[in-house]
Amino acid sequence: MKLRTTLMGAAGVLAMATAAMAERGSDGNVNILYWQAVSIMNPYLSGGTKDIEAASLVIEPLARFDAGGVLVPFLAEDIPTVQNGGVSEDLTTITWKLKPGLVWSDGTAVTSADVVFTWQYCTAEGGGCAQGAKFTGVTNVEAVDELTVRVTFDGPTPYPYGPFVGGQSPVIQAAQFADCLGPRAPECTQANTYPIGTGPFTVTNFVPDDVVTLAANPNYRDPAKPAFATVTFKGGGDALAAGRAVLETGEFDYAWNLQLAPDVIEGMAAAGKGTVVAAFGTNVERIEMNLTNPSPDLPEGERATVKHPHPILTDARVREALSIAINRDIIDEVGYGPAGQPTCNLVPAPALYASDNTACLTQDLDRANALLDEAGWVRGADGIREKDGMRLSLLYQTSTNAVRQDVQALVKADWEAIGVETELRNVSAGVFFGGDPASPDTFQRFYADVQMYTNNFEGNDPQAYLAAYACDKIPSPESGWQGENINRICDPVYEAMIAELAAAREPEVRGEIAKRMNDWLTKDNNIIVPLIYRGRVSAHANTLGGVQLNSFDSELWNIADWYRID
Amino acid sequence: MLTFVFRRLLLSIPTLLVIGLVVFLLLDLAPGDPLANQPLSIPPEVREQMRAALGLDKPVYVQFFLWLYQFFVVEPLVLIDRTFGTAFAADQVRILSWQFRSPVMDVIWQRMPQTLWVVGMAYLVGVLIAIPIGIISAVRQYSIFDQIGTLISMIGFSVPTFFTGVLLIVIFSVNLGWLPSIYDTQLVVNDWASFWQQVRQMIMPVAVLALFNASQISRYMRASMLDNLTQDYVRTARAKGVRENAVVMRHVLRNSLIPVVTVIALGVPTIFGGAIITEQVFKVNGIGQLLISAIQNNDIPMVQTLTFIFAVLIVLFNLIADVLYGLLDPRIRYD
Repeated sequence: MKLRTTLMGAAGVLAMATAAMAERGSDGNVNILYWQAVSIMNPYLSGGTKDIEAASLVIEPLARFDAGGVLVPFLAEDIPTVQNGGVSEDLTTITWKLKPGLVWSDGTAVTSADVVFTWQYCTAEGGGCAQGAKFTGVTNVEAVDELTVRVTFDGPTPYPYGPFVGGQSPVIQAAQFADCLGPRAPECTQANTYPIGTGPFTVTNFVPDDVVTLAANPNYRDPAKPAFATVTFKGGGDALAAGRAVLETGEFDYAWNLQLAPDVIEGMAAAGKGTVVAAFGTNVERIEMNLTNPSPDLPEGERATVKHPHPILTDARVREALSIAINRDIIDEVGYGPAGQPTCNLVPAPALYASDNTACLTQDLDRANALLDEAGWVRGADGIREKDGMRLSLLYQTSTNAVRQDVQALVKADWEAIGVETELRNVSAGVFFGGDPASPDTFQRFYADVQMYTNNFEGNDPQAYLAAYACDKIPSPESGWQGENINRICDPVYEAMIAELAAAREPEVRGEIAKRMNDWLTKDNNIIVPLIYRGRVSAHANTLGGVQLNSFDSELWNIADWYRID
Repeated sequence: MLTFVFRRLLLSIPTLLVIGLVVFLLLDLAPGDPLANQPLSIPPEVREQMRAALGLDKPVYVQFFLWLYQFFVVEPLVLIDRTFGTAFAADQVRILSWQFRSPVMDVIWQRMPQTLWVVGMAYLVGVLIAIPIGIISAVRQYSIFDQIGTLISMIGFSVPTFFTGVLLIVIFSVNLGWLPSIYDTQLVVNDWASFWQQVRQMIMPVAVLALFNASQISRYMRASMLDNLTQDYVRTARAKGVRENAVVMRHVLRNSLIPVVTVIALGVPTIFGGAIITEQVFKVNGIGQLLISAIQNNDIPMVQTLTFIFAVLIVLFNLIADVLYGLLDPRIRYD
């Protein structure tokens, strides 16, 4: 915690000391290292973070989220709200105004037709657009005039900042992508790798999965920016090697996503060549409880479905005992360090939506034992609790990853202390998170009692995220095991809150409902047991200034403001 | 000889087709999903559309025949178009990678130079070190030189490259700061300074791989020399009063090279296969790194095409080794 505060303070000082901002291209080259290499420069064809962030240097949305999760206009003149008339009174339309005089890197004017085209591109039949969710509920996008565009939704939409907002949904040039609609989208290799954009840089050379070289956009809207003339965006290797290249050998200026053990990262930072920075968005590492019975004795097709409630975990007292038995401080110290803090919330940020729920932070084995006693689980001869001849034994699965296996071992020790037998299992991430309906090991199938992973929501509104726990989103054989309601929650109380949030207009009211939903899922029912509020950790050279790590949007969102410190 | 080559080439066609089918079925049966690395915030219905756009909703045999058609018809047509400026393949869909959404063949073509430079150079250096070491070790069997050579071969053979590679980086990049730890694939060599930079960035990966190659080949060379040194013709030559130097270099070496040349020829396809671990350690980003990242991302068109190209090369170099054998050894005739 201390290290993190100091680091963020240091970053803040550097950002403020925006020294002599010289002219465009005066600071030479900046070297960026992403250990997952860039595959494509089009976020509509790949949802991968690395691809979205590389593309963010070139193509921009109408508005982005800043490091605090607040919307700031990029291509738009301002953020439309009900107060300024940009959002209609009935909440069904939002009208964006583009900044006047904007041009693409090829010199042609940016118009509302490009914005309309972007919508058509992502919603074209057969295109497989990765950002399709950004446009759900959008019935029409029309150009009112050259610089004004109106988005119409199919009903009142209290949070209309989905389309064209954030790194996932940038505006692309209609002229360049005109022949790339629908099934033709992946065939446009030139457009997908050398997009014409409005951002501070343009691609000069693209080698898939290896390196992207970029040069300052001669038509960028701020004539003094960017300070760097060129960018080398190298990919490959692993997080350890990336950290080494910035912090120890100083070959690179910026390394992304250093998911490393806290002691390793501190050791590298001690070399004094670079600075480690962290930022927190909405990522929460959590344990999810299965409310249905995953027993292999059940016939295939009924296993882990709502037909068979879980014999142990449907008891709220058992779930609460499991949650308060966990020592979250140790997990944070061993696995996350500056990149995490213990949490009890599913929605940890922004402040408007974050509940003050901290009850789970102190480990309470006595109360956990008492709860299990009360639920009728009594200790057997070997210390494991039993009830009606059934042992209190749980299968705990997660994806294969060094930190997660450490956490599994810690949680197992905590649970065994209260007489819960725990069997651990880990599945390769490619299989666990892949939605292959034929595989029994995916997290959607949930053929285990509890499982652990991280999820988050994009942007700063948790409505869709919280609405995932609806009855009709339960993965089942009928839905091809697709669905986001992994825990199989189906409760009329929660359904009512989903409807309430969807209809609420005032931010304060929305915040209050979201907090109630968060508390219902976590502290009231313990169906979701949050463990760690995870941040992003990156490193930059001490000679690189202006870095403002952002966890709500692309990390490189303000690269136009980066500069070299001599 | 010609009929032998022709017959072998014809036979390799069904072999390769079976290899292609087996690889395809294995990839299809393997668990995993090309969308596994997409963020969880993408909802299931969008994922379904993305899968359909990749062609994953089509039956397996359709996917296989489409790939065959693209590999044997479309890609050669594209090559013809590129060479002669024609437009046979103008509206044909090429094999597209699921990761990059760009033609698989173009990416492989981009990756070739650094793989051939680093892995090929390492092979060459390895062979050039291995042959003299093998000769001296055999002639001076059980001498100090032979003992040290054996020790180094054992180390080179048994210590994995992910260890030697990282060890070299820690010594020469982190502590001494002499050599770069990250390979620049886009470096253009046009003057002495950039040539020196190219040499510096190649030293460590080439050293790591050359040690491994040299260990293997020097053992073959030594064993083959020892076999020949005890032959009757060697005794005859010595009895005739031929100088020892001539006996070893002219008679024994030439005969001993026959099996070693075969081993070297059979190892050539592995150069094109790249070096998965070493490329990853030094960020060379060649064919090996391409293959491993394609496997991790379940990029089936890329994995299928790469493994098939490897299969073609292995079959081809087996044939070349057989032909070389006939040329080097007058006792072997294929007529």
